Amino acid sequence: MSALLRVENLHKRFGALVVTDGVSLDVMPGRIHAVIGPNGAGKTTLIHQIFGTLAPDAGVIRLDGRDITRLAPHRRAQAGLARSFQITSVLPEFSALENVALAVQARAGSSFRFFRAARGQAGLNAPAMAVLERVGLRARAGMVAGSLSHGEKRQLELAMALAAKPRVMLLDEPLAGAGPEETARLVTLLGSLRDACAIVLVEHDMDAVFQLADEITVLAQGRVIAHGTPGAIREDAAVRTAYLGEDF
Amino acid sequence: MKFVVPVAIFVALALIPLLAAVGVHVPGIVTLIASRVMIFALAAMSLDLIMGIGGLPSFGHAAPVAIGAYAVAVCDAAGVQAAAAVIPAALAAAGLFALATGAVALRTRGVNFIMITLAFAQMVYFATGSLADYGGDDGYTLSARTTVFGLDLLDAKRIYLTTLVVLIAVYVLLRVIAASRFGRALAAIRQNRGRVQALGIDAFAIELAALVIAAMIAALAGVLMANQAEFVSPAYAAWGRSGELMVMVILGGLGTLHGAVIGAAIVVLAEEGLGAVTQHWPLVLGPFLVLAVLFFRHGIVGGARR
Repeated sequence: MSALLRVENLHKRFGALVVTDGVSLDVMPGRIHAVIGPNGAGKTTLIHQIFGTLAPDAGVIRLDGRDITRLAPHRRAQAGLARSFQITSVLPEFSALENVALAVQARAGSSFRFFRAARGQAGLNAPAMAVLERVGLRARAGMVAGSLSHGEKRQLELAMALAAKPRVMLLDEPLAGAGPEETARLVTLLGSLRDACAIVLVEHDMDAVFQLADEITVLAQGRVIAHGTPGAIREDAAVRTAYLGEDF
Repeated sequence: MKFVVPVAIFVALALIPLLAAVGVHVPGIVTLIASRVMIFALAAMSLDLIMGIGGLPSFGHAAPVAIGAYAVAVCDAAGVQAAAAVIPAALAAAGLFALATGAVALRTRGVNFIMITLAFAQMVYFATGSLADYGGDDGYTLSARTTVFGLDLLDAKRIYLTTLVVLIAVYVLLRVIAASRFGRALAAIRQNRGRVQALGIDAFAIELAALVIAAMIAALAGVLMANQAEFVSPAYAAWGRSGELMVMVILGGLGTLHGAVIGAAIVVLAEEGLGAVTQHWPLVLGPFLVLAVLFFRHGIVGGARR
């Protein structure tokens, strides 16, 4: 089986500060690949480079064999990458349904249509509704996104990412700020997404990471210090000193 | 319910020619001021597309208006009055202007966008002032008004009705565009540009297209303005004009489209009414604008809706 998303020897520095130092990683289809590490390890910077909001100094990023290193973010999205944001990022004035319908519209590549009203289009609303159902937000479809609870906004973000039918989803701390109940619900939801696409998961909640991940890559100071199954990572001495701590 | 206010506005504007048709005496000054209101409303409405719906605060929207007006002057000097030539020339010139300047301006956000659009408009202001063949700073008086397929639809008698029809048609067009997939994407970019990009939408292309559409409508307003005054001058592109258009949109209610008509009416009437009392009328309009922004965050139309 070959990797769906392949990051090869990525380098990025801001002045004297090396934030990504030769990172390589392979994301297999249908797998959840967690990226963990202490604060400042370069996890979010890595996500930015994979998605194209930051350009790497060196290295190659391939999606299903295709070199996407120099593509603009919206082109990468069209090629099959989707991302969620560390800070909740929905369109606050739109209803939940409109948020997802926009993602469907983006997927269809059809935003240069000027004359038919978008609101009533079944071609946008039906798939959007199906995705809302999947993330458990169907009952909230008509609500303005800005008035949803924090956990619901997180679910809505996932719905927007899912609606794009991505091949790889980049999730940057999808559980940040969620309460215990919301976390449990989101973890179940994330686990169920495996069959939809591969996932790169950056997350600080270690319980969730070890519950969800099929593979884990550990970053410290911009470098990969370990990679393996959750079981192997838990036992890795270098990881324990760098990040997890002795009593994990 | 949604269309009560806009319909009421257009019915009120239609009353003037209706009353005149049934023999009521309508003073010429009323018709003149009302048609000025409508022409400004047309330009302000197009600004509302980019500023209210798209979140792009252009401080140079007088530029495409002036380009439209100068298209009339240039054609007039060449002895061409046919709208079939004048209007395409005006739309093409303003559209190209917006395409070129927009591609640069859209590299910036917020205050920088305001300043760079202002800078481009100032270039138009000084460029028109240097057009010696068209009167330079003194402006250019038209030899004749534009004709539409040989009909004098823009003469002093008929320009009111023509402007009203154009205004309603543009309003309907902009409503349709706002409700379309394009309009949805544009409104989404205002709310969260990065998110929209991440969904796979080319935000830059959407914004640029909106700037071009708005500039073309503004140019249409410029054509009407030139015909109404039978005169064109660099003052059309003055920065104060751009500011007035912004004030109209903000007073009326950002993103409402028909609010632009109310905003235009307030500004034009304040200019005419207060201007008759004191030449320092902006001293009155200024604090009024501050109050409006403080207490009617969503403009007069938006405030009434809440």
